[in-house]
Amino acid sequence: MTELVWLVPLLPLIGFIINGLGFGKISKNLAAIIGCGSVFLSFIIAAGIFYEDLGRSGTAVQKTYFTWITAGNISVDFSFLIDRLSIIMMLIVTGVGFLIHIYSAGYMHDDAGFGKFFAYMNLFMFSMLVLVLGSNYVMLFIGWEGVGLCSYLLIGFWYKNHDYTAAANKAFIMNRIGDLGFLLGIFLIFKTFGTSDFASVFNSARSFSSGNTTIALITLFLFIGAMGKSAQIPLFTWLPDAMAGPTPVSALIHAATMVTAGIYMIARSNIMYALAPSTSEFVAIIGALTALIAGIIALTQTDIKKVLAYSTVSQLGYMFVALGVTAYSSAMFHVMTHAFFKALLFLGAGSVIHAMSGEQNMRKMGGLRKNLPITFITMAIATLAIAGFPPFAGFFSKDEILAAAYSHSMFLFVILAVTSVLTSLYMFRLFFLTFFGAFRGTKHQLDHLHESPKSMTVPLMILMVFSAVGGFFGIPEALGGKHFLNEYFSPVFGGNTRIQSHEVSHLFEYGLMIVSVVFIILMYQFTKQRYDKKSIEKSVEESKMSLWYKLSLHKFYVDELYNKIIVNPLNGMSNFFFNSIEKKVIDGAVNGGGHTVYFFSSMLKNLQSGNIGFYVLMMVIGIVAIIFFSLVKKVSF
Amino acid sequence: MHTLLLLIIPIVFMAIVFFLKGKTAGYVALISSILSFIVSIIIAIYLHFNGYFDEFNQSWISSFGINFHVGIDGISLILVLLTTILTPFIILTSLQKDIENSSAFYGLILLMQAGMLGAFTAMDSFLFYVSYEVALIPIYFICGLWGGENRIAVTLKFFIYTLAGSLFMLISIIYLYLQTPGNHTFEISEFYKLNLSSTEQSWIFLGFFLAFAVKVPIFPFHSWQPSTYTTAPTVGTMLLAGIMLKMGLYGIIRFVLPIVPEAVAHWNTVAIFLCVCGIIYGSIIALRQNDLKTVVAFSSLAHVGLIAAGIFSMNVQGIQGAMIQMFNHGINAVALLFLIDLLERRSGTRMMDKLGGVASVNKRVAVVFAIVMLGSVGLPLTNGFVGEFLLLMGVYQWNMYAAMFAGLTIILGAVYMLRLYRHVFFGEISEAGRSISKTTIIETIMSYKLIALIIVLGIFPNLLLNISAPAVNKLLNLIANHSNLVSTL
Repeated sequence: MTELVWLVPLLPLIGFIINGLGFGKISKNLAAIIGCGSVFLSFIIAAGIFYEDLGRSGTAVQKTYFTWITAGNISVDFSFLIDRLSIIMMLIVTGVGFLIHIYSAGYMHDDAGFGKFFAYMNLFMFSMLVLVLGSNYVMLFIGWEGVGLCSYLLIGFWYKNHDYTAAANKAFIMNRIGDLGFLLGIFLIFKTFGTSDFASVFNSARSFSSGNTTIALITLFLFIGAMGKSAQIPLFTWLPDAMAGPTPVSALIHAATMVTAGIYMIARSNIMYALAPSTSEFVAIIGALTALIAGIIALTQTDIKKVLAYSTVSQLGYMFVALGVTAYSSAMFHVMTHAFFKALLFLGAGSVIHAMSGEQNMRKMGGLRKNLPITFITMAIATLAIAGFPPFAGFFSKDEILAAAYSHSMFLFVILAVTSVLTSLYMFRLFFLTFFGAFRGTKHQLDHLHESPKSMTVPLMILMVFSAVGGFFGIPEALGGKHFLNEYFSPVFGGNTRIQSHEVSHLFEYGLMIVSVVFIILMYQFTKQRYDKKSIEKSVEESKMSLWYKLSLHKFYVDELYNKIIVNPLNGMSNFFFNSIEKKVIDGAVNGGGHTVYFFSSMLKNLQSGNIGFYVLMMVIGIVAIIFFSLVKKVSF
Repeated sequence: MHTLLLLIIPIVFMAIVFFLKGKTAGYVALISSILSFIVSIIIAIYLHFNGYFDEFNQSWISSFGINFHVGIDGISLILVLLTTILTPFIILTSLQKDIENSSAFYGLILLMQAGMLGAFTAMDSFLFYVSYEVALIPIYFICGLWGGENRIAVTLKFFIYTLAGSLFMLISIIYLYLQTPGNHTFEISEFYKLNLSSTEQSWIFLGFFLAFAVKVPIFPFHSWQPSTYTTAPTVGTMLLAGIMLKMGLYGIIRFVLPIVPEAVAHWNTVAIFLCVCGIIYGSIIALRQNDLKTVVAFSSLAHVGLIAAGIFSMNVQGIQGAMIQMFNHGINAVALLFLIDLLERRSGTRMMDKLGGVASVNKRVAVVFAIVMLGSVGLPLTNGFVGEFLLLMGVYQWNMYAAMFAGLTIILGAVYMLRLYRHVFFGEISEAGRSISKTTIIETIMSYKLIALIIVLGIFPNLLLNISAPAVNKLLNLIANHSNLVSTL
């Protein structure tokens, strides 16, 4: 199966080509079969590779297909690296991706752009798989930019809406800002190591001393890329806007897979990051601040998808903290569990929106548990999982990160702990507003309330199972587990001798678990009292809001700030350059020069009948010059 | 001999075309350009398999040591191929509409092709200079006779500006000629052997730089460009942006780097500074333009600025990046102009605020435009990526901060191209947008050809990189022998 790894990205690419070229010509059913089938086959091959790898006990395999770019001594191969990190990512991407494709077949069924949707989704799968399989930084960059493109295409899927296409542009551009950082990182890697091939780079990097400035700069540049792709401060504002796309897109791209690319990239570069304590510290602080701020914003949003979007930003912050404290395996653990429960939450939200005829405002929902029983139960599990209630998936991965943060610094731990409380708070708020209390929508919506079709509920149920048991891959020793995932990743991260120990006493772990459970129950009670009742309070008037409430509701005014300090000045500069510098200064100087010439040539002008004469004159001057110079030379001989 | 054939074909056909009328003239010109394309492919095959260097040398004005010496190495071949691939395309574009005085129009295109091919293959500096100017005359007439509003003033400015610039080159060439030993020669390879003092190098550098900086154009010598691009008929803009401005870049590689390397090493801080200014300046202006052609003009200023910066950084990545990007920028600029022309012919406007919702009316044009846009913003696996990647890497090796500022092009480029796309293709259908409902079969075929080039060269850039690699290495060795200026990675 490992020999067939090239098929894993290629199959979705073929799906893209068929659905793309055949859009409007092939039937919806066929488009769905091609779209889902190609991803399913990729998943089967990925599973086969996973199985074979267990037999090889984790030896990395590299497959080179052709030389892509050669210039001087540098060359970039088109090649894939199969190790346990790429295998897990491959399984998550194709597995969760397949379920979301199935779901989309139901969700998008009445959309005119059905075939186009599957084409884009398949193109995304291709890009994402190239990203995780690429064996050098430039290959990774192909996928990196490819997923950015697909995100752009899918956010702007309903392209008649001007707000949606604005959100699409914003996503692409913010990603590009990060990509410039990433590119600079690649250049410095080439300059330092002469290659960008993972194996050779990491091999050479091992001989560098910890704190080396070149490595610090490389890791910093690469992290700027991760900030864009994984929506961290200051490049996070595109992700909530990205919710303009169809909901399955939010689930797949903006929650489960693409946004974790930054996490994957840093985990992949763990050798270098462990050598750069200053960058790692920076990564952790950015992650912690992002987790906290996104958590605060999520508290007051009323759009169900926006809450989930900020929750994603916040959870990504968690993962970056884990990376920053060199707990790479824990970060990957959270990537995995998060993929399950966040995909489920988004798909569940999609099911709710579907039932509510497109309504996304939670204030206009309520009491949906009776009409949407499957969605209700699956969402309940997902909510518990993300809140970190035992024994669901988030409990294990989140506590692991909290413990790792605690072992590193109290500051990080406190921020993450507060964020953890916020997570329970906004998730239960979402849960109660949507499923409990009285129905607050229109009569029309009430009449149309229905549970979603099988193609949508079955993926929900499968993801529910994984959200429930996904944490068992990493049961900590304190609970008598063996932590399968740590074992599994040891061939990848085991060779990195600079990973810090994250040992905390068992007693602390027990304490942490108990306290977090207590807090989750408290938050549950608090939100239940507030939102599980016949009528909820009207939204507060702007003038009566507390400062924190305002900041949260207006997302800390970050968009406004960016408009003030970047967008408007750029536009002003553009007008200034064009109207003043270009027309007056530069062109003015040239025309001034021209007028001077005209002035001096006014006598000659009478001799010229047409403009072309000027050319002849110039030629004559040229020839005269030749003769003149050669004569001068001859004389001097 | 093949090289000579390459120059003779367009001239002979030009003479024929002048006696024809209407579309026939266009079709005969098309045949000529296809013949040139075939010849250039044959040369490419020879060069690839035999390492065969095609050359023709005939004494021309012997008393002054001027030879009609043409030849093709890898560096020339890339630009020859660009010219022969794009010319049929450009002729096909103009065949989409009726043109007055078509015999003169198509004859001038062929003359221009001959001039550009002459410049790209000349091994004698006098021949280079003459070809460089010969190429200017037809474009002057094309813009002046078939252009839009205010064409006379705009064209005259363009003409005088570039002509004045090239006079400085002529002075440099004559000076170099006088330095050659014995009976003097204009042979470029003889110039490479000269031992010039650093003062001489600086003056010669200045002469060439002024000429090429106007042609490319490099900021702030660009002011002829935006007005000429918008005023010229689309075919003229295609010739200018697609091929002609590469003569300036080619000149820098062929003359400036190997003849005055020490001056380049000394002055490239200034040169790259100007290039980077052009990148940022052009990109920022492009952010707010309403006319699609003006966007192309200023984005072109940014793109060629990066190419020039890569060349001046004097390393193999920078120069190889420049080689491949010259080709790909030609393809992408012509593709964009072709699509803009397609829109304008149907809707009567190329203003963003008038166009809108075209994606809802004509999906094919929307998809083709999207792919061309991705190529020009340099998405990996499209042709624009590899060039930008190598160029920025070349600049990075020269100086990290220069690369940071030059790299802003990948962000700003995305901003103005996505903005353009959003205005033209997304949103509600506008009245002008509605008129873009149908495309002809020829236009469809042409679009597919462009897309194929964009994607194939994105996946297999080595097809081009391998052509120029030996010649670029030779060039860098030449510079390295001259001095120890080149750092190789």
